[in-house]
Amino acid sequence: MSTFSDADIKKIADLAKLLIKDDDFPLYQKNLSSILDLVQEMDLVDTSQISAMAHPFALKQSLRPDEVTEPSSDELLKIAPATEADLFLVPKVIEKEKA
Amino acid sequence: MINHTIAELIDGLKAKKFTSEELTQAYLDRIAKLDPKINSFITVLSEQALNAAKASDKRRQQQTLLSPLDGIPIAQKDNFCTLDIKTSCGSKMLDNFIAPYDATTVTRFNQAGMILLGKTNMDEFAMGSSNENSYYGPVRNPWNLDCVPGGSSGGSAAAVAARLTPASTGTDTGGSIRQPAALCGISGIKPTYGRVSRYGMVAFASSLDQGGPFAVTAEDLALLLNIMAGFDEKDSTSAPQAVPDYTSDLNKDIKGLRIGLPKEYFNEGLDKNIAAAIEETIKVYETLGAKMVSIELPNSHLSVPAYYVVAPAECSSNLARYDGVRYGYRCEKPVDLNDLYSRSRGEGFGPEVKRRIMIGTYVLSSGYYDAYYLKAQKIRHLISEDFRKAFANVDVILGPTTPTPAFKIGEKVGNLISMYLSDIYTVAANLAGLPGMSIPMGFVDQLPIGLQLIGNYFSEAQLLNIGHQYQQHTTWHRQLPPVN
Repeated sequence: MSTFSDADIKKIADLAKLLIKDDDFPLYQKNLSSILDLVQEMDLVDTSQISAMAHPFALKQSLRPDEVTEPSSDELLKIAPATEADLFLVPKVIEKEKA
Repeated sequence: MINHTIAELIDGLKAKKFTSEELTQAYLDRIAKLDPKINSFITVLSEQALNAAKASDKRRQQQTLLSPLDGIPIAQKDNFCTLDIKTSCGSKMLDNFIAPYDATTVTRFNQAGMILLGKTNMDEFAMGSSNENSYYGPVRNPWNLDCVPGGSSGGSAAAVAARLTPASTGTDTGGSIRQPAALCGISGIKPTYGRVSRYGMVAFASSLDQGGPFAVTAEDLALLLNIMAGFDEKDSTSAPQAVPDYTSDLNKDIKGLRIGLPKEYFNEGLDKNIAAAIEETIKVYETLGAKMVSIELPNSHLSVPAYYVVAPAECSSNLARYDGVRYGYRCEKPVDLNDLYSRSRGEGFGPEVKRRIMIGTYVLSSGYYDAYYLKAQKIRHLISEDFRKAFANVDVILGPTTPTPAFKIGEKVGNLISMYLSDIYTVAANLAGLPGMSIPMGFVDQLPIGLQLIGNYFSEAQLLNIGHQYQQHTTWHRQLPPVN
């Protein structure tokens, strides 16, 4: 049976940039364990000689010329939560230099 | 007129028995009357639909119809982007999202002159098998309002079942078209991976996702797939193969057809009444001259385990784009960039989506990649090989769509694994990229059950032919749910 500590949940949540409330930690521990237990059935199969399949079938990726087909428009900025002068606004990232 | 199939509605419009405006109004009236009970629509576009219907009627007068389906109403699952119309994906994260463009599937149906009635309810980001994971509340099964309609395309399936629309679209990542089609007693097809464009279809697991139609009959699915299928240069995984006329083979004789029965699909987990219905179905096909062949898909039991690595892994990567910066939900007063990301995502996503992001992040994280993700991709290879070997001896694979009929709303909420296993017969087709279809094959406790047909790559025309032949000799698909 797979187990997850509080620190494990915190680490995964940090990697996923997902705020998980402390109260919900036990539920995530339980759920993630049960999913991993389900998944571990795969371990019973020897796959050392099997190649990995990332895609359904040998599909040739279709490419097109790298040319602008649609101008980037104000429409994209209109649906953003905060913008200024054609830029997306986020909280300040660069700190002031310490005196 | 609402009890008609699309094929019958086309004849009705042609014979001027009714106009597209009258037809559209009839469906809108029925949505207004019944959907408060079913909750299958997130957005209803009454005014826009009536205007589009009037334009279609005008085209009919002027003999400038855009396609055979001009004037026929359709509903789009709410993960197909629609220009200037909300595309929520069943999520608080996208509750305020108005897409700046149409998905290719939407464009194709619009260009065919079809009337967009609205956008249908779904499990959040298409993750779920019961439609209980929607920010807009659960969808109810028209056959029994206490039961789930299946998921994730639960709204689209319930809407067709209740005759709130003659057609709808769905997306199928692990069974999300076939399973709700089965539980709602209608027909639905997941085409071969790459057959229908994914452009503008909000991504869940990109190597598994495939769009497809819902309707009452296999014949109607053929009419819809004629519009939906085809190469799209905007989707780099779109299949270049030529699209046949899916209606041309519908009436083909199926004498001599080799139908494979995988013994793994008739195991102890299958409801015995569904097993009995399959026996009856086999008799129908034998009467039509088909031959049953026992086959093995020995790695079937690994498809759900492999799926719950591959799908969450791809989901965690795809859903990284929801960061509260460019569109969608943003938390109040973020203190810094990290807080903006993690709180917007923590507050914007529901429990199942967060669960899958967490598991996906874990299996892709340093030190675990080989044990889970790589392993699952190898298992995926084994599952594909099983099908390849099977199709050397059979033309099509037949089995149940689901192990049980629709379950009660709330029944499986606490039991994650039991919920995940409701897709046990459908996920393998996604892992292999094969087309699969579900059509009604009877009832268990007054709830519909589905027959699943899995075909070889790009054999949609054959699947539809086999489904249509069954529907010429059965009436399960014409039964109406009791909702009133």
